[in-house]
Amino acid sequence: MSTQILWFATRGAGIVSLLLFSAVACLGLLAVARTQASWWPRFLTVELHRNLALVSVVFLAIHIVTAILDPFTSLGIAAAIVPLASSYRPVAVALGVISVDLVLAVIVTSLLRERIGHRIWRLVHWAAYGAWPLGVAHSITAGSDAFALWMLGITGVSVVAVGGALMYRLTAGGTNRSRLAAVTNGTADPVAIDSAWTER
Amino acid sequence: MIEPRVLAGPPAAAGPERLHDHVVRLGIAPTGSAEARRLIPVLEASGLLGRGGAGFPVGRKWRSLAERGDRPATILVNAAEGEPLSAKDRTLLRLRPHLVLDGAFLAADAIDARRIVVYVGSAHRDAATSLERALGERGSMPRPVDLIRAPDTYVAGEESAAVHFVNEADARPTTTPPRVYERGIGGEPTLVQNVESLAHAALIGRYGDGWYRGVGRGATLGTALVTVSGSRRDGIREIEIGMTIGELAAETGAGEADPQAVLLGGYFGGWVSADRGWDLPLEPLALKAAGSAFGCGVVAFLGADRCGVRATSRIMGWMAGQSAAQCGPCVFGLRAIADATARLANGTADGDELERLRRWSGQIAGRGACRHPDGAVGQLLSSLRVFEAEWELHQRQGTCSRERADRTSERRQEVA
Amino acid sequence: MATLIEARRRPAETRTDLVVDRIACDGYGMCAELLPELIDLDDWGYPIVREGGVPESLMDHARRAVAVCPVLALRLARVSSAPVLRGQAGWHGPASGSVRP
Repeated sequence: MSTQILWFATRGAGIVSLLLFSAVACLGLLAVARTQASWWPRFLTVELHRNLALVSVVFLAIHIVTAILDPFTSLGIAAAIVPLASSYRPVAVALGVISVDLVLAVIVTSLLRERIGHRIWRLVHWAAYGAWPLGVAHSITAGSDAFALWMLGITGVSVVAVGGALMYRLTAGGTNRSRLAAVTNGTADPVAIDSAWTER
Repeated sequence: MIEPRVLAGPPAAAGPERLHDHVVRLGIAPTGSAEARRLIPVLEASGLLGRGGAGFPVGRKWRSLAERGDRPATILVNAAEGEPLSAKDRTLLRLRPHLVLDGAFLAADAIDARRIVVYVGSAHRDAATSLERALGERGSMPRPVDLIRAPDTYVAGEESAAVHFVNEADARPTTTPPRVYERGIGGEPTLVQNVESLAHAALIGRYGDGWYRGVGRGATLGTALVTVSGSRRDGIREIEIGMTIGELAAETGAGEADPQAVLLGGYFGGWVSADRGWDLPLEPLALKAAGSAFGCGVVAFLGADRCGVRATSRIMGWMAGQSAAQCGPCVFGLRAIADATARLANGTADGDELERLRRWSGQIAGRGACRHPDGAVGQLLSSLRVFEAEWELHQRQGTCSRERADRTSERRQEVA
Repeated sequence: MATLIEARRRPAETRTDLVVDRIACDGYGMCAELLPELIDLDDWGYPIVREGGVPESLMDHARRAVAVCPVLALRLARVSSAPVLRGQAGWHGPASGSVRP
């Protein structure tokens, strides 16, 4: 009976993590694209992105811990940390492990961003672009319900949402920074002077 | 007419002064850190102000660096001179490189700097050649001197941009704090000083503050180099600080062209109208009180046949293009202002253009990483004051009488 | 109580300012949404910070505004108006280079 609960907990927490992290990814992309509406201020995008990310980590933790504790999967702690160390679907689990490592790097640097500065933070944050697809790949290959209709639906919605947000981000015109140089160009002639030295 | 000081010596046509002649004329510069440290209170007493445009007291600057503690320091001799209307720094460096070097070595002794960088605008080839030859003449030197060619942009001469270029080959201003006197070249405290300031310091080191203050009128004393244009005898001259604009106009024959106004301090400075300003002394504090600026010593007369609106719009267009393109308010604000002034100059402005100009001018100042937008806006505001009637005419009718004459004479120049 | 006593001992001229890193700032405008009392946006979406420092009553909002900035361009800095800084304030004007940008 308890192993059933663990198994449900692992899958449930995993699915919720997938949905939450997809929402986090969407919000992150929309934040850079400066999305806003009269009923949705810009700061909401950023703050929700950060808060949801922290909530997702909780569900991720539940997913990992219950998976380790579940005797059926015979995953040791090693398997949850070292890719390919698991005997149960090693590649599938490895995808998840790498994804979690990247997520951890992003979360830790984000919590410390005022200490480490924007440049380093941004560099690590690019890892997020790897973490999400790896997470989706993990859910498709490691999950036992991956091809059940309802699960396909959940996966599909997540992928479409993030893909749509990415398209929007790429076409929304980008940051102001990319426009600064272009606006600056286009000059008029300076007033010329005759700088010949003259005898006193 | 006063006796030249930094420009004393052989006439310009004779070219750069050689080391031998320099030493014969002035003697050997005082050296040694004890001697040089004694110079700091003398510089403070002289009231010498920096000649790069900011006008900060030189003695006080050397003192803050001298009192920094144990960290090694660097001197940056600033000869970037990106201001299009100014030619005094390259001329001084070309003709009197040894005087400038004396000043640099004095500063290095006074603040115990271990390295000197001379930062010369790439376009100022003759000045750079002259400096290289001067360094060659000196042979061994108390401290290493590196010549670095600055990009020919307007902001390349800004102190943080200069340091940024020396450190990372990127001549764009950086965010302060920290200021360059705290962290500059190689992360060390750096004294950035204009070439002319160092030349004056080199003379004060020999003759004292009493000598320096023996000439000049007004709150600050001494002499300064100015670059005059728009007169019959354009060029660089050394004037007594406190000389009036009218006196300089007479000396240079600018009065004969019946100028309507004069731009002081460069694209960064302020306009003064002829009917109000001819008695204004060319002295930093007096000019500041009058809404203008001594700046880097530019005195550009605007003849009666020129249009102040067109001149201002060309300056604003150029300043907008010279933005380092790092800060939104400068990039967007200056571009918007420049386009608005262009529309006013061309006669395609609408009835709200001037109001928009004034609103944007109020918004931009102080909101960039450096003072580029501040300077541009300051010059614009003085233009709106001095040429008020013409700006109104341009907004209402699209042109003014002077503008027609200006366009005609420009076309004539193109044909010629 | 202890803070009250401390406050009286502290020099009256310290205050906390909102400082914008103008180069990092990219005009996201979230700071202005969270602190409209002190931050306005210009015609291009860049922040105009009102002078006079941050009053204690708005400090929490100010910290939130600092935290929300996606590029860490906003920060809180304690400023004291001691004489030595006033001297350097004069120097805060344009550089002593040949050009005064």
